[in-house]
Amino acid sequence: MTKPPDMLAPLDAAPPLAEEAPVRAMHPAREMAGMFFRNYPAVFGLVLLLAILAFTFVGPLYHPVDPFEMVWAPFSRPGEEGYLFGTDYLGRDILAAMMAGGQVSLAIGLAAAVISLVIGVTVGAFAGYYGGWVEEALMRFTEFFQVLPTLLFSMVIVALFGASLLTVTFAIGVVSWTAVARVTRSEFLRIRELEYVAAARSGSAKDGYLIFRVILPNALPPIVVQANLMVGSAILFEAALSFLGLSDPNVMSWGQVIGSNRPYILDAGFAVAIPGFAIFLTVLAISLIGDGLNDALNPKLRQR
Amino acid sequence: MSAPLLDIDGIVVDFSTRAGDARVLDHVSLDVAEGEILGIVGESGCGKSMTALSIMGLVPQPPGRLTSGSIRLAGRELVGLPESELCDIRGKEIGMIFQEPMSSLNPVLTVGEQIAESVRLHEGASPRAAMARAVEMLRAVEIPEADLRAKAYPHQLSGGMRQRVMIAIALACRPRVLIADEPTTALDATVQAQIFDLLQDLQRDMGTAIVLITHDMGAVAELADRVAVMYAGRVVEKGAVGTVLSDPRHPYTRGLIACVPHLEPDPPAVRAPLLEIPGVVPALTDLGRGCAFAPRCGSRIARCDAEKPPLEAMDGGHLTACWVARA
Amino acid sequence: MPLARILLTRIGYGILLLLAVLVLNFTLISIAPGDIADSIAGDMGGADASVIAEIRARYGLDQPFLVQLWRYMAGVFRFDLGYSYFFETPVTALVLERLPATLLLVVSAQVLAIGLGVLLGVMAARNPNGALNTLVTFLSLFGFAAPVFWTGILLIIAFVSIFPIFPVGGMRDVTVEGGWLAQALDIAHHLFLPMITLASIYIALYSRLARAAMQEVLGADYVRTARAKGVPERTVLYKHALRNALGPVVTVAGLQFASVISGAVVVEAVFSWPGLGTLALQSILARDTPTIMGILFFSSLVVIVFNILTDIVLRMVDPRIKGG
Repeated sequence: MTKPPDMLAPLDAAPPLAEEAPVRAMHPAREMAGMFFRNYPAVFGLVLLLAILAFTFVGPLYHPVDPFEMVWAPFSRPGEEGYLFGTDYLGRDILAAMMAGGQVSLAIGLAAAVISLVIGVTVGAFAGYYGGWVEEALMRFTEFFQVLPTLLFSMVIVALFGASLLTVTFAIGVVSWTAVARVTRSEFLRIRELEYVAAARSGSAKDGYLIFRVILPNALPPIVVQANLMVGSAILFEAALSFLGLSDPNVMSWGQVIGSNRPYILDAGFAVAIPGFAIFLTVLAISLIGDGLNDALNPKLRQR
Repeated sequence: MSAPLLDIDGIVVDFSTRAGDARVLDHVSLDVAEGEILGIVGESGCGKSMTALSIMGLVPQPPGRLTSGSIRLAGRELVGLPESELCDIRGKEIGMIFQEPMSSLNPVLTVGEQIAESVRLHEGASPRAAMARAVEMLRAVEIPEADLRAKAYPHQLSGGMRQRVMIAIALACRPRVLIADEPTTALDATVQAQIFDLLQDLQRDMGTAIVLITHDMGAVAELADRVAVMYAGRVVEKGAVGTVLSDPRHPYTRGLIACVPHLEPDPPAVRAPLLEIPGVVPALTDLGRGCAFAPRCGSRIARCDAEKPPLEAMDGGHLTACWVARA
Repeated sequence: MPLARILLTRIGYGILLLLAVLVLNFTLISIAPGDIADSIAGDMGGADASVIAEIRARYGLDQPFLVQLWRYMAGVFRFDLGYSYFFETPVTALVLERLPATLLLVVSAQVLAIGLGVLLGVMAARNPNGALNTLVTFLSLFGFAAPVFWTGILLIIAFVSIFPIFPVGGMRDVTVEGGWLAQALDIAHHLFLPMITLASIYIALYSRLARAAMQEVLGADYVRTARAKGVPERTVLYKHALRNALGPVVTVAGLQFASVISGAVVVEAVFSWPGLGTLALQSILARDTPTIMGILFFSSLVVIVFNILTDIVLRMVDPRIKGG
């Protein structure tokens, strides 16, 4: 006699009658998309992100002002003299800086996330696939990076190698891959034991093929969610470095606006609050999308 | 006959689900006398466990709620009691053991503490006295080296041992009623027999009334004095074990009995293949107007689809809810 | 394995990690363009090649990489992390002077975040449709998305111009006189805003975690067992359920220490808190490499110590954890 299932089970759904009810015939991708778009916060996040992208990339066409040019007296309040967000301590137009800076912040966020994704997925995949001493060594390596306070470490990198767009991006990417590596590893450990992988392993399939063609595609859902969050935290990271004055002074970014106006927060809080709010909205949008992706890609939740 | 110790009268429990409201218990009436063992049998999802939770006042709400009916323990109405008074009854007047010994014990507390907690709560015992009682209870459920085991954590014990601990917890305050919800389902066959023996011994020693919930007619035949058969939230047959097993009236009861080979009243000359009841328990959200068992029933008549049969006394001396049996 | 042996293993492993941190830092500095001699020469307003060579010789920079590394490591074992030419103080003394302020900020923010986060999480899990549940969801979104310096600046603006009851900079008020109690109260008064700012990120994280863990635990069979024993709901929540739900929170909190120290760097900059973060910023701007290395070394040491402490707490919370 088999163990009776959960006593509430028959309440939730009528017993499945495989031949008669092809309920789950929908294509999985469409089903996930449907799941995502029924998640209102996620859709809100998507719309918000699109609006921010439009603001930063299309906005300059309608507001062609050089963000480094002094246009008016310093610290004019938002709205004064037609400057929507006011001017900063050098009398530069904050609206223009927000548009130009958004492009840079988003680009750095994306690029740094890609770097940390490449490192993290590689480390995690090899650790999870090979196990044994390879896993041991790689996970110790990961732990080592977890012991270093990330911001301090990237501050040091930027300080040593100079504050350019490239070093900042690299410094962020190289310190923030550990979470990706852990997620990838645990997914690989799980999938490695599944029957079809075990079968392929016992055959003649090459390791590289198995890692990148067989296991990785199946491990993607949590990695996608993590990657999405990485973009958000990389944007925050860049902002923190800029705030501390460790960013490329020749490139406008949201963090740059905050960092350069920081000494004057009591006179012109708006010059700091506005870019801060933009970062907040962007990361909020990204994490709402991330939550939606998580729900749509997580098969355990989908069955509820 | 004197008033029963535990008297359940016409309880109705509804659950709101996404698929609509479901009547999980539909006017269930049961009673247990002092020192008696009542078996409740049925397939999973028939409402056995929900009956147990209703007695304990532990129906998860929302989504569930006890809509009507009464549950009396030694004449005292339990339905509608405030939570604090129910807490005084649970574990003291009514003990309960569950079917999953592996997960029913708290993994971060020692088993001794889990038994002693109950004693401290209900008898105001000092920590030391409560722990002494815990060790005593572990001995009573025949756990060797009880004083050492009291300091053990659940993960250090086997499944059978854990179920013994569960029994010790349930009986620590010598409750008048013990509800055993599939106490042996998750255990090996040999351990099952040991647990049943233990339950029987303890019942004899303490005079506890036991409500034994199971899907196993064999266990009922062995242990219980009376039996109630449940299907889709209703009691479809109940009476003394002897008469119900030897003269089952409801087709569902007959099916359940046929599932256990040696229980058939008159074994056929030729060994028939092991029987099972065709079909599955219906979803409780779309029960028709008629008898819930009708779709699976081999002897259904037109009336079965139109009207629910009431639970009525048969000439065999027990109650059955079946139009065919009545005819 | 007995706890003492696990601890020893942990400590040994922590020392290895620290050595790795040293090697990494040293390597980074040696491959970076320019060195201390250049910075010192730059401070002096330029110097000719012979002076630079003399400075190099004084700091041992003319030696091969491995010799320099060896000298540095040997120094570390004597608690000698070199000499800061910028602050004109031994690095160890410099760092140890600033460390307590950072530790105070980091630990108080973590304690506040864990306490408040767990409390919010438990209360939210208890009532899935309640307002608190919505609050936890919003808090967790805010905590992740809001840049910590922005939160701090908003608090400064609010507390300077609207509600001036908390100081917004520094760690103590030199005009405060009196015994240790008055001094401690003064520090606590200054600590409040930086602590809230830093904790805001983690309150969000922990409340969400605690809520998820509690929701799972509240559906567990042993919680049902506790209820069936007649345990009152409050005890069910805080004794039976919470102890099981604490595991994930403690684990994550332990992993967060490195991140909290990172956050503290920014918070210190916002509130002029005289800790390691402000020191790091000063020494980075001055290219004072011995001090930078000393800070990285000590902050890694702090993280490792907290990781070991977390491990001990985790073992106390959950008896199932065995082995190293």
